[in-house]
Amino acid sequence: MTALPTRKLEAWRYTDLRALAAISFVDSVPAAAPADLPELGMPRIVFVNGVFSEAHSTPFEFCAGFAAVAEASSLPLAKINAEHARDGVTLVVPEGVDAGAVLLVSYASADMPIAFHPRHRITLGAGAKLTVVEVAMGQGVYWHNPVTDISLHENAALAHYRLQDEGLESFHLATIRAKIAAGAAYESFSAVMGAKISRAEFHVTLRGAGAKTHLNAAQLLGGHQHGDFTTVVAHDAPNCASRQTVKSVLDGHARGVFQGRIEVARAAQKTDGYQMNQALLLSDTAEIDIKPELEIFADDVKCSHGATIGALDPEQVFYLRSRGIPEAQARAMLIRAFLDEALEPVTHEGARGLFESAIENWWARK
Amino acid sequence: MLVIENLFARIEEKEILRGVDLVVPDGEIHAIMGPNGAGKSTLSYVLSGREGYEVTGGSVTYNGQDLLGMEPEERAAAGVFLAFQYPVELPGVGNANFIRTALNAVRRARGEAELDAVAFLKLARAAIKNLHMPDDMLKRNVNVGFSGGEKKRNEVLQMALLQPGLAILDETDSGLDIDALKIVADGVNALRGEKFSALVITHYQRLLDHIVPDRVHVLAAGRIVRSGGPELALELEAHGYAGLEAA
Repeated sequence: MTALPTRKLEAWRYTDLRALAAISFVDSVPAAAPADLPELGMPRIVFVNGVFSEAHSTPFEFCAGFAAVAEASSLPLAKINAEHARDGVTLVVPEGVDAGAVLLVSYASADMPIAFHPRHRITLGAGAKLTVVEVAMGQGVYWHNPVTDISLHENAALAHYRLQDEGLESFHLATIRAKIAAGAAYESFSAVMGAKISRAEFHVTLRGAGAKTHLNAAQLLGGHQHGDFTTVVAHDAPNCASRQTVKSVLDGHARGVFQGRIEVARAAQKTDGYQMNQALLLSDTAEIDIKPELEIFADDVKCSHGATIGALDPEQVFYLRSRGIPEAQARAMLIRAFLDEALEPVTHEGARGLFESAIENWWARK
Repeated sequence: MLVIENLFARIEEKEILRGVDLVVPDGEIHAIMGPNGAGKSTLSYVLSGREGYEVTGGSVTYNGQDLLGMEPEERAAAGVFLAFQYPVELPGVGNANFIRTALNAVRRARGEAELDAVAFLKLARAAIKNLHMPDDMLKRNVNVGFSGGEKKRNEVLQMALLQPGLAILDETDSGLDIDALKIVADGVNALRGEKFSALVITHYQRLLDHIVPDRVHVLAAGRIVRSGGPELALELEAHGYAGLEAA
């Protein structure tokens, strides 16, 4: 097996995988999934311990099975995935087709530590449309190491919503690679709430003129959780836009990481790149590490990044309480308001409802 | 009825209120005037339960309940409303959602049924119309991008919908043009009745032309140094606050 990355690698400076390396994982074992898996009134594809579960899934006509060959990668976790992947879903939407929405659920449950490495592919033909809602959840000690390769042809539109709500003893290390052709849009939002250690690493390449992407996230972490949201957006063509609004709400001893790199090639004139990272620290012991990087080789571009770190404003809390709103509810309202901008790309009603209740539950279970 | 007896309060080590005595019976509107630094805003914050103010002596009851022992949200449920001198901006919180959440929290605490979105909007639109406010007031984020006058009007809108028994207006007139001042005054006058009382804190006489008080009190150096009828406000306007602290 390819070795796990260590903190000696610049890209892994803030995320330490020694706790993962210390565990001997076995390959996935079969398990039963609970009856109350998420359901959004759309076709559902379910993986239990990384293995496709026909019993829990419903037919989706654009589903094409498992891609036998991995795409080459220099990323250590994608390499490990390529070596071990045994299952995954391939979604192919032909040119001009609006395929609606599909729910992808990963459920894990194990008595002994298991590892699974799903390989997913999403390909949209020219002008095609699709909404993918992903939910990752489970219990026990496990390592979920999915790689998702996305290819959008001209003017295609993919909305990709991810709810990472894994069990609190688990490890979730996701790699998402997307190639976006001219005029196509990759709109993504990730809610990160689960896992002991998690990382979502996006590599998005805007390859044709007028391509655009949103890579938004909300990280809600407490206890000793560690959540890392890392993005690399390559602007390779002119007139492309990338928007990243990443919000972290950190309680207890939680640690959040945001690393965002925007690479603007010489040809990518009129690039519009925006990156905003904001953290709300609810305790004195929570921590956030933010590393924005801009690499710009074109001369006519608009790129900005900003970062803020703060606590809940006592004036705002008092204002709400003075109107009769109990303190816990006032704080929850302000946290939800803080996340609002990150949720902007979530235009699908069902997906929005899923995130709204997940955020509410996160607050309630604290 | 609001009863304040020998109230002492401080911020950190600084004594601000030094023995305030004040009774506001139901159905009456009282004005509190006084020079800057007299403790007017401190009094309003102590009454509404803001953190950072330490009460070191005395008592405050409203309708027989010990106000000082209650959380801010409990005071609101008991009918106390503070119109802020500087209303707070809440980016990301829609005004309609905010006011409905507040109204329902207060209704829940009072054992009344909560209002659904439709019933609330009907009520809110009627209140907006009565107060001659723009329709988009509910759609915007709470006080975000509001002018000074709009913020104060939003306070009055909240007051109109929450229907408090005791309204404390903390220099609500500061920074208002005459039209906005009239809207604020109309909002207060509309609530006038047997069960409603108000404490209007102001630096100037002009608000009291529109909200005519039953009593006027002068707060200076942390104490009420003079009380009188509405004519006292006119006298203060003419002669200023000089010499009152010694009174």
